[in-house]
Amino acid sequence: MRVATALATAAVDVETPLRRFARAYLASKVATFGLVLLCMVLFVAIAGPFLTPQNPYDLKLLDVMDSRLPPGEKSGDGKLTFLLGSDEQGRDMVSAIVYGIRTSVLVGVVSTAIALAIGLSLGLLAAYLGGRFDGFIMRLVDIQLSFPPILIALILLALTGPGLGKIIVALVAVKWAYYARSARSIALVERRKEYIEAATCLGLSTPRIIFRHLLPNCLTPLLAVTALQVASAITLEATLSFLGLGLPPTSPSLGLLISNGSQYLMSGKYWISVFPGVALLVVIVAINLVADQLRDVLNPRLQTH
Amino acid sequence: MPAASASSPVPTLAIEGLTTRFGTRSGTVTPVDGVSLSILPGQILGLVGESGSGKSLTGYSIMGLIDAPGRIESGSIRLNGRELFGLPAEEMRKIRGNRIAMIFQDPMMTLNPVLRIDTQMIESVLAHQDVGHEQARAMCRDALERVGIASPDERLLSYPHQFSGGMRQRVAIAIALLNQPDLIICDEPTTALDVTIQGQILYEMQKLCADTGAALLWITHDLSVIAGLADTVAVMYAGKIVESGTAQQVLGQPRHPYAHALIASAPSRNPRGQPLRQIPGMTPALINLPSGCPFRERCERATGACRQVPPLHTGEGRTLRCFHPVDVPVGAPA
Repeated sequence: MRVATALATAAVDVETPLRRFARAYLASKVATFGLVLLCMVLFVAIAGPFLTPQNPYDLKLLDVMDSRLPPGEKSGDGKLTFLLGSDEQGRDMVSAIVYGIRTSVLVGVVSTAIALAIGLSLGLLAAYLGGRFDGFIMRLVDIQLSFPPILIALILLALTGPGLGKIIVALVAVKWAYYARSARSIALVERRKEYIEAATCLGLSTPRIIFRHLLPNCLTPLLAVTALQVASAITLEATLSFLGLGLPPTSPSLGLLISNGSQYLMSGKYWISVFPGVALLVVIVAINLVADQLRDVLNPRLQTH
Repeated sequence: MPAASASSPVPTLAIEGLTTRFGTRSGTVTPVDGVSLSILPGQILGLVGESGSGKSLTGYSIMGLIDAPGRIESGSIRLNGRELFGLPAEEMRKIRGNRIAMIFQDPMMTLNPVLRIDTQMIESVLAHQDVGHEQARAMCRDALERVGIASPDERLLSYPHQFSGGMRQRVAIAIALLNQPDLIICDEPTTALDVTIQGQILYEMQKLCADTGAALLWITHDLSVIAGLADTVAVMYAGKIVESGTAQQVLGQPRHPYAHALIASAPSRNPRGQPLRQIPGMTPALINLPSGCPFRERCERATGACRQVPPLHTGEGRTLRCFHPVDVPVGAPA
């Protein structure tokens, strides 16, 4: 009985930091708005196929007669209203944008997750092991960061050709260096702390010390960086797709949609480019608002323990 | 194993001529210079010295935790007769936390803030013993109980921030005891605690040491702690042990001028209302040690002879490194 009560108390205690975090986060109205926006974006990205009036990439459903209709027009067979117009193949822009958000978010999240895993591991190892390994990894990072990211991605994609997997590889190749550098600088501070020394004195193995003791203590500051980097990865992917080097037309992202519409901008058919652009803007702004607030809330100097 | 006769048991820890050097940009420094110590099972050795005298580095040298640019240059470190100096890293890792445990100064810093107590304790059992998870948990529970933590089952599920400083140090001690080490190195473990907690921890340590037969190397600058705790005392200055002997000998009648001055400058020894006695000057920088006796520039008894390295006097169970030892007890004019 006593144990049970104590367990319950412990559970409440353990939850407190999370609650404090939530309260600190929600204190800003703008950030709360950003979070709501982000949740909507994620919902659209995940539930996309169930929300759209048509599958924009099922060619059987498209009718060339419906091409480049302005917003609000009905399709030739009268079944569908193009709320945001249609593109040059008679595709509903709402559906295309939803699928585009889906692709963009997928590419952004997956490439960030992989880049984070690689960069974080290498950064932690570099910080912990030091010496030649540290030197080697960090010079590699220096070299990589001395080139503009878009250039590296362009070269890689020019060599491999477009494709969902290939653009993720290119984004990972560009982004891992940022994580490696951030993780190393955070880990260098953490590894000097006594709990790491104590863990060494307990005779724990090096991998265990790095990944079980060092890693969780480095994650918090990295979280804010990571959130911002998702936005940056989505932007970079949009740029590459706009240039025609990103995703194939069969699974277009927002960047490709903007690119498709750009040739019609001058002839007044703004909707093919502008609405995907606005969608991209909303996604990026939502992520940035959340990331900004995360950075403020997670800043150890502002925390009271 | 060296032959051990019944009259002189094998010391748990025997260090001979331990020298640790650091190569720095401005030259080589020797923060641990020819240190010799020995501790018998169940005994407590107090290693006393100022900040920077090399006492903590002596502890780290025993653990084999000297990072580049430092390295253990020479000497012998025997644990129950087994030479540790020169052991491969993996062998040394198996000894750390298992045969030798270490307790640190600041209990706020030595527990990982993001891991639960049970995680941290169980992993240190599993790192060295071939037992199941549940058995390890039971051992952790017992260890917490032994250091006087109430309701250990519940406390195992807590995070370090839910403990007070004294409780955390108890947890640290419990972790150190988990694998029944032969030697526990305590690096000023009570300095960060307030006096009442300090007293409790000292009492626990003394009791545990006597119960388990573990030898204790207690590194501190606090003479009052040493006086109540240690069986033997070694006084360290600029990397060298200048005087050692039983606690009674060294603290009661220190003979090295540095040990004498250090003990005389303890506030409790000074008459009320008068400026506290001090040792003039500062600890010399290790990079620029005076020749001969490192204390000679601050020593009121120093003569030209002190430019030579003083020989080691041994006798009556104590050692001394001085040309001009003090012959009067502390308090009397030297």
